[in-house]
Amino acid sequence: MLFVNACFACSGQREFYSDAHSQRVSIDFLHRYILGNYRLLYARTLAAGVNHFSQAQIVLNLLSTGRDTDPAHREEEGALIAAALRALPPNRAWRVLQTLREKRVNNRRARAVVREYLAGRRDVAFDAVKYRAKVRAAVLHAHLNAPGELGRFLFRDWKKHAYRTDLLECYREAHYSSAADGALYRLPYTVAEGLAQKHGVPRDVFLSRIEAQMTAGEKLRLQKASVRADAAAPSVDWQRLPLTRLALYVLSLSEEERRGQYDLLHDAMTQAAHLSLRRAPLRFGVGGMRVAAVLDASYSSSGSSEKRRRPLGVALAVHYLLQTAAASAAVSSPYRAFWTTKTGGDSDDPLFVRARGQTDLATPLLDALEWGPDLVVIISDGCENDPPRGASEALRVFRTRLDAARRTSVVHCNPVFDPEDFTLRALSPLVPTVGLRDAEDLPTMLGFARFADGDVPLAELEAYLAARVARMLGTAGGGAAEVAPAPPEACDG
Amino acid sequence: MTGKGDLIQRLTLQGLEIAPSQVCGAIRLVPLLRDGAQQRGDLRLARRSYAGDDLAVVSLGGPPMDPGVKYLSYIPHGLVLSWSGDGSAVSAARGTQISGAAPDGKRFSWGACNVRVMQKMAKRERQHEREGGAKQLRLLPLHLAMEGFLSLYFSGPEIAWSEYSRRAISRGLDPRWEMVYGGGQIAGFEDALRTFEIHDGQVGVLVFVADALASAFVTPAPEDYRALHRTLLADFYGELIYQYALLYDTALPLHVTLDAERIASLADLRAALSQVRRDWAEFQGFMAHDLLGRSVRADFAYQAGPFTLQRFVTDLDPALENHIGEAIVRDNGDLEYLKTYQLSAAQTRRAYLLQQLAAADWSLDAAAQNLQTTREELVYRMEKAGFGYLLAEPVRVASDKHVRSTGRPSAR
Repeated sequence: MLFVNACFACSGQREFYSDAHSQRVSIDFLHRYILGNYRLLYARTLAAGVNHFSQAQIVLNLLSTGRDTDPAHREEEGALIAAALRALPPNRAWRVLQTLREKRVNNRRARAVVREYLAGRRDVAFDAVKYRAKVRAAVLHAHLNAPGELGRFLFRDWKKHAYRTDLLECYREAHYSSAADGALYRLPYTVAEGLAQKHGVPRDVFLSRIEAQMTAGEKLRLQKASVRADAAAPSVDWQRLPLTRLALYVLSLSEEERRGQYDLLHDAMTQAAHLSLRRAPLRFGVGGMRVAAVLDASYSSSGSSEKRRRPLGVALAVHYLLQTAAASAAVSSPYRAFWTTKTGGDSDDPLFVRARGQTDLATPLLDALEWGPDLVVIISDGCENDPPRGASEALRVFRTRLDAARRTSVVHCNPVFDPEDFTLRALSPLVPTVGLRDAEDLPTMLGFARFADGDVPLAELEAYLAARVARMLGTAGGGAAEVAPAPPEACDG
Repeated sequence: MTGKGDLIQRLTLQGLEIAPSQVCGAIRLVPLLRDGAQQRGDLRLARRSYAGDDLAVVSLGGPPMDPGVKYLSYIPHGLVLSWSGDGSAVSAARGTQISGAAPDGKRFSWGACNVRVMQKMAKRERQHEREGGAKQLRLLPLHLAMEGFLSLYFSGPEIAWSEYSRRAISRGLDPRWEMVYGGGQIAGFEDALRTFEIHDGQVGVLVFVADALASAFVTPAPEDYRALHRTLLADFYGELIYQYALLYDTALPLHVTLDAERIASLADLRAALSQVRRDWAEFQGFMAHDLLGRSVRADFAYQAGPFTLQRFVTDLDPALENHIGEAIVRDNGDLEYLKTYQLSAAQTRRAYLLQQLAAADWSLDAAAQNLQTTREELVYRMEKAGFGYLLAEPVRVASDKHVRSTGRPSAR
């Protein structure tokens, strides 16, 4: 459970309280430990919906230790690896295959995995242009015959040939000229950027013309950069952003900007929460259940330069998720949010929240408990300092003395992995702690919470994971391109 | 009550509250809060950067370029104090006047280093129209206190006892120097400042390293504190603090447990938690008892309307931690500004020796008698403390002979 939690939260990047290196070392150790001792569980974690970084890590580790696979589970493991790789974003997946070469992992199964992945890609030429080095490394390493013109493009003096494939020809043209008709502007943004630099295309001209080729993530990233370069900021389609990404975008805006387009942002957040709920419904056990959220907006929730405002973004997204879920439930269930600090300014609306001030979890926790909820969700990195261990003591007394019958269930969701003790910093041993990197995972994590309690045997966790594996392989095997709606997660706290 | 007589006898945190500490490694930072009603805004503090300077020369009286007593140090920044005499709010001075001709002293390029020559540790500046006509004072933080410490008994023996060297009689203690460590050299301090979560309404901080009080810092307004938080890294700290940071990697774990038996409702729980907060404040006040509540010897430095700028030294008891510092106190006794430095044991010893000598009118025999030791051992102690240059050669030789024949005396 420790491991699953870590896989949800950790991405090997710098955090507020720890640097990237210690995160890497710590999570690597954890992976090796679980791989060596609970291989089946390790493989099945792929189906639990852990974050992309962890999935890539697991695939890599499984492939590099293929010899240790139990023959009985070989087939399942292989299918899981293939399915996980297919589901990963292409940059991550290609990176995994490239790392196979760097780590000199070359066995029959690894080669088969590369072959299958390459065969399963819809537009190999696009991948070859956008991820040229990675594709080349993978194909070379697995001794594959690249289909069509790819071999020539990747390996043999590519500049000297004309290609019939449109994109490859574009790439060659753009390499030689930045002519206005623009082979350059038909390439993916990341590739075109380097070529534009090479040809000395002015930045503002380049940015405004390439906009059509940008992915949503790139558009988001370049909002401020475009303004700096005197180009119009690429228009972002808010409705299509996932909830947590949207929350992070909102938090990147200044207070005036948020105030100016308050309605727009609020609607977009609610819309995103609706979408997320449709994909993974959050059903409260009984109708009319009172739900409270204790949300940490202290300075430490500003994250690091690599994960900027991630903890706060998660908190804001969870707030909208719970609010929307409560509002759209058949029997209306009241919901209230309790923030650690007043959200600043004249308005206390959560949309204006900023990461500042000390971590005083005890006060909002007591406020929440006094409101008499059935479920309390705490989103915090678990480092409280005003007073230290205040909420932890409050929870202990509450659990042991005031609510010994467990009428109120409390779940602590932690978006930050603590490298020192290989786990998420827990508020109190009496309250389950689960990792949460994307607010969209909240329904899943609430399902996991009962395992984090510690009183559920390992076998049950294995069974739960096995069910998820069956589901993942079932949908993936069916060839459905869309993510099929997962069966509703029973959540009774 | 205004006037030059308004010096502090005992240092207290009047007008401030202590909040629970935040620990990072061996560094414990204790926030000091000022109640909103106490934030009057008629005194503000801002930083003036001296970035690019390698050495500052401060003239202590007389025109800056004339011969006279000078204070030499690396000074990374100064503080600019603005106040309105009538209690109305002022805005903090724009502290970063680095462009072009900085008004503060003169800059020279001297070989490989840049030298800035300034006048006075605390200097009144002319009023700027665009600053709203508020009055301004530039002071060199902590250096003001350090200069006061160095100049203790600086003039040397008043009676020309024959035991003293000719130089000590004619020039006093000149040159007097001390060594300190920059905040950047204190292991883990930068991380501790980075991860510290500044409270709303926080105006100051107590810095503990391995639970020894390294420094106390208080500003008039929360905005000033926010702006000056990182300058703690550029300040200087004592040798002990530097060593503690290297030796220890955690602070003492302090945990408070609630007594579950006595809590029957959520209201009880809330009351218990606020009791915990009070306990924290009280205990951390106790942890700083070598500074807070200690009797101090204060010197007047500047009178700014109702505010008295002064520098102080604690009573130099060699058995305790000793601090030097500077403070601004409002005429009702509220602490508006504070910055302190913990003296290392050797620094305390030096000052203590000088104090004892001065108390005995610089007579070696009388001082030795007061210290319950012999004249030779006193001379030996002065040698060890680095004051050998004050004594005449025959006295040093005699002491050396005595110590050799009897073995090394127990070092105090």
